[in-house]
Amino acid sequence: MPLLDRNGTKVDAWTRSEGSGIDNLSQALVPWEALTEALQHKTRDQRIGVVIPNNIRIAELKLVLRQLSLIAVSFPAYSDGRGFSLAKLIRNHGFTGTLRASGPLIADQFAYALACGFDEIELPEASAARQPVEQWLKAVGQISHGYQRGYGDSHNILDQRRTARAAGRLAAS
Amino acid sequence: MYRYDEFDERFVRERVAQFRDQVARRLDGSITEDEFKPLRLKNGVYLQLHAYMLRIAIPYGTLSSKQLRQLALIGERYDRGYGHFTTRQNLQFNWPKLRDVPEILDLLADVEMHCIQTSGNCIRNVTADHFAGVAQDEIEDPRPTAELIRQWSSLHPEFDYLPRKFKIAVTGAEHDRAVIKAHDIGLRLRRHPDTHEVSYEVSVGGGLGRTPMIGKVVRDYLPKDDLLAFLEAIMRVYNLEGRRDNKYKARVKILVHEIGVEEFRRRVEEEFARLDGPSVNADPAEVARIAAYFKAPDYEALPAISRVLEATKAANPAFARWVEVNTIPHKAPGYAALTISLKPVGEAPGDATSDQMRLVADLAEQYSQAEIRVTHAQNLVLPYVRQRDLFAIWQRLGEAGLASANIGLITDIISCPGLDYCALATARSIPIAQAIQHRFADDNRQKAIGELNIKISGCINACGHHHVGHIGILGLEKRGIESYQITLGGDATENAAIGEILGPGLAAEDVPDAIERIVNVYLSERAEGESFIENVRRIGLAPFKAAFQEVAHAVA
Repeated sequence: MPLLDRNGTKVDAWTRSEGSGIDNLSQALVPWEALTEALQHKTRDQRIGVVIPNNIRIAELKLVLRQLSLIAVSFPAYSDGRGFSLAKLIRNHGFTGTLRASGPLIADQFAYALACGFDEIELPEASAARQPVEQWLKAVGQISHGYQRGYGDSHNILDQRRTARAAGRLAAS
Repeated sequence: MYRYDEFDERFVRERVAQFRDQVARRLDGSITEDEFKPLRLKNGVYLQLHAYMLRIAIPYGTLSSKQLRQLALIGERYDRGYGHFTTRQNLQFNWPKLRDVPEILDLLADVEMHCIQTSGNCIRNVTADHFAGVAQDEIEDPRPTAELIRQWSSLHPEFDYLPRKFKIAVTGAEHDRAVIKAHDIGLRLRRHPDTHEVSYEVSVGGGLGRTPMIGKVVRDYLPKDDLLAFLEAIMRVYNLEGRRDNKYKARVKILVHEIGVEEFRRRVEEEFARLDGPSVNADPAEVARIAAYFKAPDYEALPAISRVLEATKAANPAFARWVEVNTIPHKAPGYAALTISLKPVGEAPGDATSDQMRLVADLAEQYSQAEIRVTHAQNLVLPYVRQRDLFAIWQRLGEAGLASANIGLITDIISCPGLDYCALATARSIPIAQAIQHRFADDNRQKAIGELNIKISGCINACGHHHVGHIGILGLEKRGIESYQITLGGDATENAAIGEILGPGLAAEDVPDAIERIVNVYLSERAEGESFIENVRRIGLAPFKAAFQEVAHAVA
C-alpha cells in the first residue's frame, strides 16, 4: 500500500507477516495477536514492527514498547480519531521508533497526524489514487502554526508569544 | 474585548484559504462527499432543509459594534436581510449560497471573526455568562478563560475527530447564567475556602439531546494554571474511550454514565498526573496577556441611583417597567447591564434584521463601550450603560420594535428554528412560540406571572434546551402529525434539573391552553413572593398534571 511521510512518497522497507512467522524477514511487521510469539523468535539482527487496533490499552502496549522498531496504528475510518490520541500516548510513554498511521486518512489530517507523533501514513490504494502526494504536502503547510503546546511544533503560537515577550523584556531592561 | 494579534490574524486567514482549497478538492473529486462533510461542518456550513446554513462563531457571545455591523452587511448582501441568534450565542444565516461562503469568511476575517468549529465532532465554540465582567455576583470574569480555550481548542491536532460534538461553557458567577451543567464540560470559577485562590470547579458529562443529563463534578478546585493540561486529560480519555458504535451514545455523558463518575474521574486524574503539565499549559504571562483585554472600562464616578433615571421612570410607566424587567444591577455605581429582547410578540425568537443589528451596534457605540453580548436565551445585551442614558436607548429601540419588556418572562421563549428551517426537526417550533406569546401578550399578565422560562425544541436533539425549561416543549412527529410533549420543573441555573413529562403529547393548537392551565395552577397555589419554579418544587408535579390531563382528555 502507498506510503508517504513529510518529504513525499517512500518505499516500504517493512514486510507484513500474517502470523508470527518471521523467518527470513529483516524488518517484519506482525499483527498484534502474533506479537508475543514473534518476539520470542526474533533474532538479534531482526527488527520487529506491530500493527495495532486503535482500541488497544496503553497499559498492555507499554510492556513491549522497547522491543519494537515500528508501530502501525490502524485507522478503520478517517472519522475515527482514536489513533491520534493513541499516538500521543505512545510517544508520551517514550517510544522513539517509527510511528505509522495506517488507514483511509485524508490529506487534511496529515498535519494532525504529524503533530500527534506519527512519522508516516500508509494509505489504501483507493485513497492514494484520489489524493496525489502533492495534495498532502500542500495540506500539511496550510496552517503554519497552531495554538497547542506539546504537539511537536516549537513555533506554536503560544511559544512564539512567549519568545516575543522575553525579547521585549530584554529590550526594555 | 479581545483583539487579534498577528498570530490570530494569520491563523484565521490561513483557515479561510484552507477551506477554499477543501472546496476545490471536493469539486475536483479528490475527496468524496463523505470526506468533505466533516470539513465543511467544522467550518459552520450545514446543508439544511431549504438551503445551506452558515453558523458563525461568536466566542463567548461577545461582539463589537464593528463586528455586528459586518454581520448586518453579510445578512443583507448574502442572505435575506436577517440573521438568527442561537442558544450557543452564535449567529446563523439560513439562506447563503455555498459559492458565497469563502467570500463571507473573508468578510468575517476582516473583523476578527470566523466559523471555526461551529459544527462537527470537535470542540465547539465556547460559551460563557453573558453578564461577564459586569454582574455583581461575579468572582472572576470568565472571558479570559473562554478565550484561552477558544485558542487552545482551535484545530486541535488530537481532538478534531472526536466520537461526537463537544461543548464547553464557563461562568465566573455564583448564579449560573451559562447553563454549565448541561455542557460536556462546565467550568465555574470559585475561590478555595482555605487558600482563597481562584480555581475551577470542573463538571463533565452534562448534556441535553435524547438522553438529558446534569454534569457531574470531577474536580472541586483545579488550580488555574493547570487548566489546559486538565482539559487535555479529559479529552484524551473521552477520545479513546467514548463510544463510536452508536452516534446516539457517543457523547461524553454516556461514557461518564456507563463507567460511573468515580471511574471517569480516576482515569482523568491518572492521565493528568502522567502527562507533562508545564509543556502543555499556557504560561501565566500568556493568561495575563489575554486577561488584560478584558479589563473593565474606565467607569465614570456616578451616584448609585441616577436621579435622571428615577425622574423619567416616574413620568413614564412603560419605560419604568422596561427598566425593571430588562436591566440588572451593575458592578459599577450608576450603570446598568441592559438586555435587549429579541422576542417581540409574534416574531421568530432570536431573529434580528440587518437594520436592527445596525441600530444595536450604533447604540452600543454611543452608550456601551461599543460592546454587545449575545445571550444563550437569544437576546442581546448592552453591558455598560449609564442609567441616565436608558431613556434615550429605550426610545430608539422602541422605533425599531426592540423595546419589549419581557426578559425572563413567559414570552421570552427560547426556541430552535424547528421544521421551518432545520433538516433534523420533526415538528415546528417558531409557530408554537408565537402562539404562546400571543396568548400571554398582555404586559400586566406577564408581570403578574413573573419569571417563567419556556423552552421549545422541534426535535429530540434539544437545541431549544426544553429539558431545562421551567416549562419545556418538545415537538415530535407521530404518524405524520406534529405532537408536543410538555415537561415541567426543568432548571438551567446552578439548581440545574431536568423537567419531567406531564402526560401524552398534544396537538399544536392545544399547547397554549395547556400552558395556560399550568400557569393557572401556579397563580392559585403560589405563596407570597414565590416564583413559578419555586412553586413547582414545593407543591410537586401532581396538581399540574391534573390540570394538564383536563386538556389532554378534552382533546382525546
